[in-house]
Amino acid sequence: MGKILGSQAVVKSLLEEGLDTVFGYPGGAVIPLYDSLFDYINEGKIRHVLARHEQAAAHEAQAYAQITGKVGVCIVTSGPGATNAITGIANANMDSVPMVVITGQVGSTFLGTDAFQETDVFGLSMPIAKWSCQITRPGDIADSFAKAFYIAVSGRPGVVVIEITKDALTHETEFHYKKAPVLRSYAPYPEIDQENIAAAAEMINNAKRPLALIGHGVLIARAEKAVREMLEKAGIPFGMTLMGLTALPSDHPLCIGMLGMHGSYASNKLTNEADLIIAIGMRFSDRVTGRLSGYAKKAKVLHIEIDKSEIDKNVETDLAVHADLKTALSYLTPMLEKKSNKQWRAEFDKFYKMEYEQVIRHDTQPGEGIIQPGEPVDIISRKTKGEAIVVTDVGQNQMVAARYYKFKTPNTFLTSGGLGTMGFGLPAAVGAAVAQSQKPVILFTGDGGFQMNEQELGTIIQEHLPVKIVILNNSVLGMVRQWQTMFNGGRHSATNLINPDFVTLAAAYGIKARKVADRAGLDPAIDEMLDLDGPYLLDIEVDKDMKVMPFIAPGSTVDEVKLC
Amino acid sequence: MNKTIDEEPRQYTVTVFTEDKVGMLNRITIVFTRRHLNIDSLTTSESEIKGIFRYTIVTKCTHSLIKKVVDQIEKLTEVLRACYYEEDDVIAQEIALYKISTRNLTKRDKSMEDIIREYNARILDIEDGFIVIEKTGFKRETQKLFEQLKPYGILQFARSGRVAVTKPIEELTDYLEALAQAARTSNKIRNWKLTNVD
Repeated sequence: MGKILGSQAVVKSLLEEGLDTVFGYPGGAVIPLYDSLFDYINEGKIRHVLARHEQAAAHEAQAYAQITGKVGVCIVTSGPGATNAITGIANANMDSVPMVVITGQVGSTFLGTDAFQETDVFGLSMPIAKWSCQITRPGDIADSFAKAFYIAVSGRPGVVVIEITKDALTHETEFHYKKAPVLRSYAPYPEIDQENIAAAAEMINNAKRPLALIGHGVLIARAEKAVREMLEKAGIPFGMTLMGLTALPSDHPLCIGMLGMHGSYASNKLTNEADLIIAIGMRFSDRVTGRLSGYAKKAKVLHIEIDKSEIDKNVETDLAVHADLKTALSYLTPMLEKKSNKQWRAEFDKFYKMEYEQVIRHDTQPGEGIIQPGEPVDIISRKTKGEAIVVTDVGQNQMVAARYYKFKTPNTFLTSGGLGTMGFGLPAAVGAAVAQSQKPVILFTGDGGFQMNEQELGTIIQEHLPVKIVILNNSVLGMVRQWQTMFNGGRHSATNLINPDFVTLAAAYGIKARKVADRAGLDPAIDEMLDLDGPYLLDIEVDKDMKVMPFIAPGSTVDEVKLC
Repeated sequence: MNKTIDEEPRQYTVTVFTEDKVGMLNRITIVFTRRHLNIDSLTTSESEIKGIFRYTIVTKCTHSLIKKVVDQIEKLTEVLRACYYEEDDVIAQEIALYKISTRNLTKRDKSMEDIIREYNARILDIEDGFIVIEKTGFKRETQKLFEQLKPYGILQFARSGRVAVTKPIEELTDYLEALAQAARTSNKIRNWKLTNVD
């Protein structure tokens, strides 16, 4: 095989990995790469989604990865292109989403000289990426890409940042690609220890009040079915973390709701009554545990987790199974005794009733007064039969969507969990709509977060994406305002927003839009939005004084969760 | 059950073995920086195996923290192995160089010769105006010599990071064999996963 340009080697590497879609934004240092992409794009072999900002491109690639199960690819230029992408890199890595970010770099002879559009992306990305590398020679491209894709997607997935100097793109090289190279420093799937599994089974079999915590790892490991079989066989009530939502249906009889700060009253109240906590593919985030010294006091802790550094990091375990979830469960479930734990499961119902009476009913069906943000979520959940892909921004909109949309299918919820990135929503919805067209993509966003990346309306029209944007518009930064109301004596410092007319804004992009401020108009507007074959923006005026409840106040323990 | 014990910070020696790649030092120190942990000393050199580098890092923190730090270092791709050791588990030395002015060399009660003999130090170099003394030992020893030499006028003083070997017997070559085995097992599980999609 003859020699090819470094830039062609990059494109060939992407094709070797089976990728047909990339997100990006061109710039000086990646012009050679875009030149090599040109013919593939024109021939329809590669779809390039041109974002309007590199941060958005990264979020779009992340959402694409989560929906398709492939590695998300994002191409940005050096310097500002790369620094703009940093938030998207950190966000995807925090939420363990496989992504390869290719950034340009000045020519290798200019490295370290403060050349035009030079930033040390390699150094900058180190603390926020799973792996980073810098390519200065075209001959290193194939091996580095094969390694990058393998690292990004295997074990606990994450982001790999590849920085390529301009001269590495413009010089020629041989090209031999070998996928998934064996690396002696990297064994992402640990060996199963039978005795360890037996000990875990015994722990579960001996438990009288077991509670399972379902995390994002269940979705990542594609272990939804295996986890379901395990929980159903042993009759274990389970809660899901924000990132673990959709792993099992929200209305599963053993489901006791979302965990954590704004999770269900029942799951938080009874975490401290359980005698065994079975953490499955989750990392005991502070948003789940509340104050650690008062967490799961009466329980033994069994942690099934693929990332060894997560074991004993936040919560000390009594037994840890360091393994790929699906593999571990294939051994564990057969050893479990059949149980129903009916009485224990029933204990959660009392707390659910309290939450329903004091929070849920008012949030979703208040009947009078200004529209509550939970109402449109509830209506859309019913109208789409829980089968839409739901995307959120960050804040109150995120919590009401997570709480009131009733999910049925795995991987139909996209949100920024670990990093809590405002501005994630709109680009993530773009990525989800690029990834598939069978399910409607519905974004619940706030007026604040929407404006952090509203330029992506441009991407929506250019790519003809039928994204349904629901702005839960309260003209304030709702979650911060809620905290200010609760903890700062109502001093609403810098949380009021003077907003543009979002309907007119949408119109400027040729996107159909409607503003709703009264309850009677809500249902027909939602019908119009869902029936339209194309993008739609629904601007709903909602209650700015609404508080997301239940709530574990910072510094409180899980069982100190409050309903009002 | 939370078994968090409040512990006193202690001195730990962390050894890390890595592939020979640009940026490894940075990636390792980031783990310390993120935890607001100071590195007391750091030495790096190629290990007994070509292409594998050894980092010896001394830090002071609690036992539960050093465990987490080491786990997070070992998680880094291209890190082959990271371990921490209590003081009793390492055999460590540091080298110190003292540049002393010759101006006061003969004016003291105790002769320089006696000091050098007493501390098992040696003269590395004699130049017009200064001499350079070398001492290898524990930090407390090189520090004690520093105090002794102070009255002579120390023009420069430099102490290396810790050079350490560990007592526990698992050697790097054995560990590499275990890593190769782990990589093979990992691949088997990966293939099983690829063919067993629900």
